[in-house]
Amino acid sequence: MGNTLSQGIPVSDALVMSVVGFAIVFFVLVVLMAVIKILRGILESLDAAKAKPANAAPVAAAAPAPAAPAKDPNMVPAKGSVGEIMLFVVDEKSGVIIMAIVADELKAPLNELRFLSIREKK
Amino acid sequence: MNIGQVLSDLWGQSGFVGLTNHWQNVVMIFIACVLLHLAIVKKFEPLLLVGIAFGMLLSNLPSSGMMHMELFQGDPQTLDYMNILHHGGLLDLLYFGVKLGIYPCLIFMGVGAMTDFGPMMARPSSMILGAAAQIGVYCAFILAILLGFFPNEAASIGIIGGADGPTAIFLTAKLAPHLLGPIAIAAYSYMALIPLIQPPIMRALTTEEERKVVMTQDKPVSKTTKIIFPVAVTIFVVLVLPSVAPLIGCLMLGNLFRECGVVDRLSDTTQNALMNIVTIFLSVTVGATSVGYLPGANGENIGFLSGSTVKIIVLGLLAFCFSTAGGVIFGKIMYRLSGGKVNPLIGSAGVSAVPMAARVSQIEGAKANPANFLLMHAMGPNVAGVIGSAVAAGFLLAVFG
Repeated sequence: MGNTLSQGIPVSDALVMSVVGFAIVFFVLVVLMAVIKILRGILESLDAAKAKPANAAPVAAAAPAPAAPAKDPNMVPAKGSVGEIMLFVVDEKSGVIIMAIVADELKAPLNELRFLSIREKK
Repeated sequence: MNIGQVLSDLWGQSGFVGLTNHWQNVVMIFIACVLLHLAIVKKFEPLLLVGIAFGMLLSNLPSSGMMHMELFQGDPQTLDYMNILHHGGLLDLLYFGVKLGIYPCLIFMGVGAMTDFGPMMARPSSMILGAAAQIGVYCAFILAILLGFFPNEAASIGIIGGADGPTAIFLTAKLAPHLLGPIAIAAYSYMALIPLIQPPIMRALTTEEERKVVMTQDKPVSKTTKIIFPVAVTIFVVLVLPSVAPLIGCLMLGNLFRECGVVDRLSDTTQNALMNIVTIFLSVTVGATSVGYLPGANGENIGFLSGSTVKIIVLGLLAFCFSTAGGVIFGKIMYRLSGGKVNPLIGSAGVSAVPMAARVSQIEGAKANPANFLLMHAMGPNVAGVIGSAVAAGFLLAVFG
């Protein structure tokens, strides 16, 4: 079996070591999961606290909001619209391709972009 | 001058005579050519396999004097590095990078610089799947003990199940350097074969209904979180398992280069130039360790063509299968606990092997439901698997190192 630095161990010991090792992997990743959740919670609450004074500012001082797109009564969400994104007259495959192209053009990971709706311009 | 004598001496010094001494070298040259064929024609992990196969070819050509594995045998604590510097060949000197654990760590730095941990942070629960998929490491470890391997060898064989080449090389170079060749080749070969190994297991363990689950888009992760993450991981993981500091430290440094936004030049160099240079050194020297005949302490052959290589190849495959199954089974548990919101197919991506395993989840998900796009969701467990396999390696190194 080749040269080695150790002596053999019984299978029962190997079993115990495996359980302990697997438990340690779980422990580390579960704690990291908790760290991420706490971190995100703290940062989100800080962001919310920053946003509050801005919302409380006089309406007159605020920049004019961009005009909301006019709602077309003929435009209904396409079948299969999922999550937050609404697809209008666009099939899902085309929607996904458009999102991938936008992410590629912006050189930004897809999970950092938020798509609200995709509609075909006639 | 006797021309006949000169020609006779020349023939005596040629490698052709050396080939007749050990038939194992001839077989290894043939295996190297097969691996080159797989890498170039079949595109099996070509970035690594071309170098590995060529290193194997060089070290098995008799009298080339490039690699002397016998110089590295024995107790690592008393290894005579000066002797190697004086008598070693080119590949012996480059092998120091493997022996001292330098190349795997630098590769990890490049991996960190290329990895977006965003999908994992967007869905932190995916880290559970990255942990679950390490079960193959420990299953293979127990099986290797049952087959008569020593614990340090069994630990090195088990880590194949982590599906992470640099981690496998790092651990094996420390614990069982005489098995480095077969373990590295098994690890990279199976990573290339993931699209063939995983789908049958994924389909066997999931129902059609489960595979059709469409997962919703996760909340975006802020830049600040992405910057703090590598620092927090380094502090916590290295405090828990100091033995894994070189791997996790380099992985997270590379990731910090990427995310901090103020060292784009370093990030670019780490992702491209450094990664490519180290890949050349690592692949050629790991391949060069696969010599056909290497006499052991009792005169037996402990080279690549020994009985243990076949066992390692089989155990490596089983480790991959167990890891895939572990990830999918925990994916099913999450499917149940989340009320059907998690597609269990993303569990198999927890075996690391970025991004191949995530692509397999995507392909299998799309087969069940063409409107299903699991790639970004599978990237979470996939990158968590990188951390998970490093932690598993750190534990094994702490126990058997």
